[in-house]
Amino acid sequence: MIMKANVGNPEFDERYVLDRREAVPALVGGHKEFLFIAGLAGTARDVTSLVNDGPSAYGLGGAMGAATMMGLGLALARPDRTVIAFCGDGELLMNVGSLATIGVRNPPNLRIVCVDNGHYGETGYQRSHTSLGVDLEKIAVGSGIRRTLTIGTAAELPKGSKLLRESEDAVFILMRVKPTDPPKFKRTLDPAVCRVRFKAALADAARAGG
Amino acid sequence: MSAAVHAESRVKAKEAARAGWQYELYDLLRRNNFTQFAYVPDAGHTVLINESLADAEVESIALTTEEEGVAMMAGAELGGARGVLLMQSSGAGNCVNLLSLIAGGRFPFLTLLSMRGDFGEGNPWQMPMGRAVEPVLEAMSVRCLRVDRPEDVVPVVSAAITMAFQGGEAVAVLLTQKLIGAKAF
Repeated sequence: MIMKANVGNPEFDERYVLDRREAVPALVGGHKEFLFIAGLAGTARDVTSLVNDGPSAYGLGGAMGAATMMGLGLALARPDRTVIAFCGDGELLMNVGSLATIGVRNPPNLRIVCVDNGHYGETGYQRSHTSLGVDLEKIAVGSGIRRTLTIGTAAELPKGSKLLRESEDAVFILMRVKPTDPPKFKRTLDPAVCRVRFKAALADAARAGG
Repeated sequence: MSAAVHAESRVKAKEAARAGWQYELYDLLRRNNFTQFAYVPDAGHTVLINESLADAEVESIALTTEEEGVAMMAGAELGGARGVLLMQSSGAGNCVNLLSLIAGGRFPFLTLLSMRGDFGEGNPWQMPMGRAVEPVLEAMSVRCLRVDRPEDVVPVVSAAITMAFQGGEAVAVLLTQKLIGAKAF
């Protein structure tokens, strides 16, 4: 459903064509090789539904702006794993300086994926800065992140998928999607339960030699 | 030796003694397996910051704002690493909402704050946040431990490490201006 604020805004609609419910799974592909952090609201549902509420994803329900830097702390703690921090455009705008912090360190195993629908979906689809002219990929480039990509169409998804797996630098992917709802998925919302199970799964993997 | 040279060496000796606890503090953190140091540059934490930058075995990450460090510490903990967030007291105000993550997730959390707006402060701009540090942090479930004397730094931070990483608490150690001195204005 395109929200009322966008009716009569064809330029806007043309730039935001992907459906996040299809684009996020297509971008990630096989998810088992990754650890995930997801920002509150939309991306938390995108990612927790992708892993079926499994322990490899820590999805936020508040603490807006935390996702990218949680990703950095986790990536530095686990250089043996590839970490994908998913966040919405609103989430990233709230802590956009974190791109500078990440750009300076350039952790080779961290990927930031911004699912940009140009809106604050959770609060009623008010337009965000990104649909009003702000380009977060350019900010990522200016922040020193060496590998960046904007995805606007399905044809560009395989390139993104490859970048998530093959880069030896930190990666920033801006994926533009329609301002439509993420999967309706009931995830575990208790942040302490999610922490404990995330750590337990990593410990199990270590015991299993993985 | 002239009186002036004597006076200068006395000052240097005093400064070295004052900085001594900072080196002991860095050693304490390293002995306790801290491998992530996150900070907004701050004069009060100069020694810890420089030691971490010079230490090839730790990550030393400069932040653009203190709240980044709160999230980074949570990510480190998820990955099984210990981190410490270094900030000036004014940074506590920047952290408030992200401390929801620490409280709700019951993340062990350690932050060391160098105080401003505290004992002997001469800059009126520092006063409001100086007064607010403890009530604000306590309101977000971060327990505050103040240190006024050099000989108390290591014991208090040791206690804070135990409380955080065994006791599961969020703990802030406030390095007061009695300890670090007030900046002259």
